[in-house]
Amino acid sequence: MRNGNGASAGPSKFDVVVVGAGLAGTASAYLLAKAGLNVLCIERGDEPGTKNVMGGILYRQPTEKIIPGWWRDAPIERPIVEERMWLLTEDSMIQAGFKSLKYGEEPYNAFSVLRVKFDKWFADQATAAGALLITNTVVEDVIREDGRIVGVRTGREGGEVYANVVIAADGVNSLLSKKAGLHGEMTPDHVALVTKEVVNMTREKIEDRFLLNGNEGATIELFGDSTMGMLGYGFIYTNRDSLSVGVGALLSDLIRKKVNPNDLMERFKNHAMVKKLLDGGESKEYMAHLIPEGGAAAMPPVYTDGMLVVGDAAGMSNAIYREGSNLALVSAKLAVQTIIKAHQRGDFSAQTLGQYKALLDDSFVMKDLTLYSRTSKFFQNNPDFLERYPELLVNAAHEMFSVDSMPKQDKQKRIIRRLMQERAPWQVVKDAVGALRSLT
Amino acid sequence: MAVNEKTFDLNQRAPSARVEEKLYNVRFKTDEDQSHLIVMDSQMCAGCTDKPCTFFCPVSVYKWETADQKISVGYEKCVECGACRIGCPYYNIEWRYPKGGYGVQYKNG
Repeated sequence: MRNGNGASAGPSKFDVVVVGAGLAGTASAYLLAKAGLNVLCIERGDEPGTKNVMGGILYRQPTEKIIPGWWRDAPIERPIVEERMWLLTEDSMIQAGFKSLKYGEEPYNAFSVLRVKFDKWFADQATAAGALLITNTVVEDVIREDGRIVGVRTGREGGEVYANVVIAADGVNSLLSKKAGLHGEMTPDHVALVTKEVVNMTREKIEDRFLLNGNEGATIELFGDSTMGMLGYGFIYTNRDSLSVGVGALLSDLIRKKVNPNDLMERFKNHAMVKKLLDGGESKEYMAHLIPEGGAAAMPPVYTDGMLVVGDAAGMSNAIYREGSNLALVSAKLAVQTIIKAHQRGDFSAQTLGQYKALLDDSFVMKDLTLYSRTSKFFQNNPDFLERYPELLVNAAHEMFSVDSMPKQDKQKRIIRRLMQERAPWQVVKDAVGALRSLT
Repeated sequence: MAVNEKTFDLNQRAPSARVEEKLYNVRFKTDEDQSHLIVMDSQMCAGCTDKPCTFFCPVSVYKWETADQKISVGYEKCVECGACRIGCPYYNIEWRYPKGGYGVQYKNG
């Protein structure tokens, strides 16, 4: 085999073959190479990153578990100092947020990134550590011997590659873990479909509009009208000289409501309050991506004889908390930990590799994903939350903020009376208890 | 507006930018020889009431051709999200990755 640059590759047997050079795959390759293992990473894109899409927030702390101090060298856009949440109706909005200038300095909390730039840098770190990277190459199947996975077959002539362990890091569509028989097809209620645009804007305009000093950044997540009440949300993240603007909803909701994702994006961008933020910007790239939404309940087995599954390929994402990249990185770290142990023992059976599952179960990853299954199910079963509550809350706020020479006590009574007209008291209590239970 | 099937009326606010216009900015390396998306059984599509692939695809790859009684597949503009693989009610779309190095090549991601 030859690599993307035309140099001849090493032996066709490796300690580990990693399929996919996204966050989970590259982190795995990097850590394995650092540990002295012979690792090959295979990427189908022309270079790492060009197939990859993310909303755009990468967290400092989980990424430091892979490369300490990464943000000093990596191509980041802006450190995030403010996070806002908007609950939108057609013409009104309730907002909450948190801003801290501490987030604008070390140790930082989160950064906006553009994945094409970031992933290329990240892959460079892996190859500098000794990992071999082959681009322009699709992995088509696993190779089995005596029931266990012993390598992968690529789309290239004579492109069989053998390894003690294969890591499936091929993203949300993970055809490889499907080929390995770990799961069947996903269902539309287990994925969200997100479209995103990168909108060019001058730095001055961004900093004025989002009240930012210098390179500081901000995020806004928009619920309610942004998705027409479908389960999902819109987002606006500030990059250095562009905005990442996206909106996504559960695929089953899009199908049920017969919504075209580009139409949803246009509707979102034309909301009076969003439009003003984007004014004068120029859309320079449109993209679409799936996000796994089923939580722990929808995850495939994450290991089998000779193979581990990491990141989105294993369905690791927690959309309510905007987490996915961190789960990918932590899962990579735990997979590598497991493989290094297996390598030392010379035992790559499912039993030894099963340690990966135990480590995941013990970590926040599976704890959060188990909870997320409940949360996501609750909101799916109670669509009123995103469809009707924004309106009810905005009406209450409207009442509260309108100065109309009415005594405050009467005002409060009227708000409660109106709410009760819309929704029976027992229903409100049931909704509140249900939501709290699903979140805790 | 979606290019074929009538979808939910979303455009009360402003005229939409058509997805075709947006795709001018997206870089592709097209495999001229073969499609990585294959509708396996056209009869199944003919019997499919909603034909959801014609509206939920974010780049409108799929169109119902009434004359031919089949779905046409504009795979050249596919951005490889995978929604059709999961969203087709009959799992009637064979979805593969394009050949190595082909397909969409994002500049920002």
